[in-house]
Amino acid sequence: MATPMACAGSASGAALIGGELGIAFRGIQYTHVASGRQRVCDTAKERFKLDSTRPADFRHAHAFAGIDRTPALLRARAVIRADAPSHDPRNSPEATADITGVDADLVRRAARLYAKAGNGAIYYGLGVTEHSQGSTMVIGIANLAMATGNLGREGVGVIPLRGQNNVQGACDMGSFPHELSGYRHVSDASTRASFETAWGVKLDAEPGLRLPNMFEAALDGTFMGVYIQGEDPAQSDPNTQHIAAALTAMCCVVVQDLFLNETAHYAHVFLPGSSFLEKNGTFTNAERRVSPVRKVMEPRAGLEDWEVTMRLSNALGYPMHYRHPSEIMDEIARLTPTFAAFSYEKLDRLGSIQWPCTDNAPEGTPTMHVGKFVRGKGKFLLTEYVPTTERSTRRYPLLLTTGRMLAHYNVGAQTRRTANVTWAAADRLEIHPDDAEMRGIKEGDWVGVASRSGEIVLPADVTDRVRPGVVYTTFHFPETGANVVTTENSDWATNCPEYKVTAVEVIKVNDPSAWQKRHRELIEQQLQFLRGQAVQK
Amino acid sequence: MNVDRLVTMANDIGAFFDAEPDKVEAAKSIASHLRRFWDPRMRRQIIAHNVEGGTGLKDIVRSAIALLPAVADTRDQIPNK
Repeated sequence: MATPMACAGSASGAALIGGELGIAFRGIQYTHVASGRQRVCDTAKERFKLDSTRPADFRHAHAFAGIDRTPALLRARAVIRADAPSHDPRNSPEATADITGVDADLVRRAARLYAKAGNGAIYYGLGVTEHSQGSTMVIGIANLAMATGNLGREGVGVIPLRGQNNVQGACDMGSFPHELSGYRHVSDASTRASFETAWGVKLDAEPGLRLPNMFEAALDGTFMGVYIQGEDPAQSDPNTQHIAAALTAMCCVVVQDLFLNETAHYAHVFLPGSSFLEKNGTFTNAERRVSPVRKVMEPRAGLEDWEVTMRLSNALGYPMHYRHPSEIMDEIARLTPTFAAFSYEKLDRLGSIQWPCTDNAPEGTPTMHVGKFVRGKGKFLLTEYVPTTERSTRRYPLLLTTGRMLAHYNVGAQTRRTANVTWAAADRLEIHPDDAEMRGIKEGDWVGVASRSGEIVLPADVTDRVRPGVVYTTFHFPETGANVVTTENSDWATNCPEYKVTAVEVIKVNDPSAWQKRHRELIEQQLQFLRGQAVQK
Repeated sequence: MNVDRLVTMANDIGAFFDAEPDKVEAAKSIASHLRRFWDPRMRRQIIAHNVEGGTGLKDIVRSAIALLPAVADTRDQIPNK
């Protein structure tokens, strides 16, 4: 185990302890010293109150305490609790290597690379979040960025690489069942009151159901209907058979999409969608940059998405009178403090705007957390390791992880209808040569993948791109049904499905799975409905 | 809703906050999370399950659920059923 090292910054006169991270910052000339730790701790206590007794977090906090090269910018930025222990063998790279399989030295080199980068930014993808502990990992990343001073100035930060082009925008606008726009909780009476005044309706102060919980509630008869826009949970959500049962149990399923997707098979009403070329609006990326989307052709279905929604609302008895999406943006600006100075006119003039866009920052805010965090002082949170309950067993000895390939976009509704199928015309199961040989599987063989949720069949791709014990596939093609085998396990905080871990067994087979046979029959039945043909029983 | 699923979800939340050494604070944090993010019908069901013995729930989660205020039974009533 490495001995934590102390570093005294000579440029600023302040000291820092990098612990095992070996923290250093651009602009600080520092020397490692063997002692002085307690002195530095005392210095830190004057500025911070540690809200974590997790030793790793405390080490990070020490590191952050030493960031004194720009004192006006970064001093007094985090909350440190004084009773935190300074070291715990459980968190050493050697100890965690037994769990992660990542060599301790590699962890140290990565940490030093990040800490010594001067400007260090962390970009993460769905491989972080699609775990039962995804939120914990994101919190850990935030702790690390805060501890190393990699927040609050240009060139640093923590940036999620979103799975879709407007995830950020949807979140900003209160698509969570517990929030209104601008990340304000529905229990906030003043926020609710502003919407109630504008909309002339009473709003519920309670959080609603998340998508997986909606399906659970549908099965017990307490969730009766759903309006789904541009989403295909029958293909994209875990445990497909569970989703299908829930959609079947609902009294009214309305689907609005560019194409008749998998979920549309369960729809009572299908409404046409419009592509990004056929509508006006905005998309927001992960750096909070709102960009204009401007119509270049009339919608082939006759209406832009927002017009369809407005007509539905009017038909249901709640009149909406927007004449253009710019009026909707004006309403957003009136009701959302972080968008208070936003308008289409400004957006078209500037090209894009990063929120917050307010009277104090009329052209937007390129860098957040300058000088202080939104909550005031930064807060370190404990991030204890909690293993997933989904484990390989004698019955299911391999771990399946699912993802995407470059040629296709998520459920493939758009890309499967293009020449991209030249590059990839089917989902394939990647399996390591050792695991394949053990099972008598050769390249291109049809293999069955079985989990506690279900079974699918697809062609094998024998490759060392995956490690022994791990198999991988994509979920772009509905006939594969990759999510038939994924489980209901989800992240503890967000309920994001644990797509990256499913215990499975793989065997060589000759026939499609029972689910795939039923799926083919369903598709044929649906096509007959569309053609106006009677269905023969 | 499937109470076993709710028990799993509540225990998952509890496992994160159980890292807090101060168990009173941990229970408060779990309760706050449930209050802020769980639909009332889910809270009502897990409260009832806890009152009936809380089978499967971790101790820290049971303590947290005991802190939750009762939830009015209004939103999930189905007309004419």
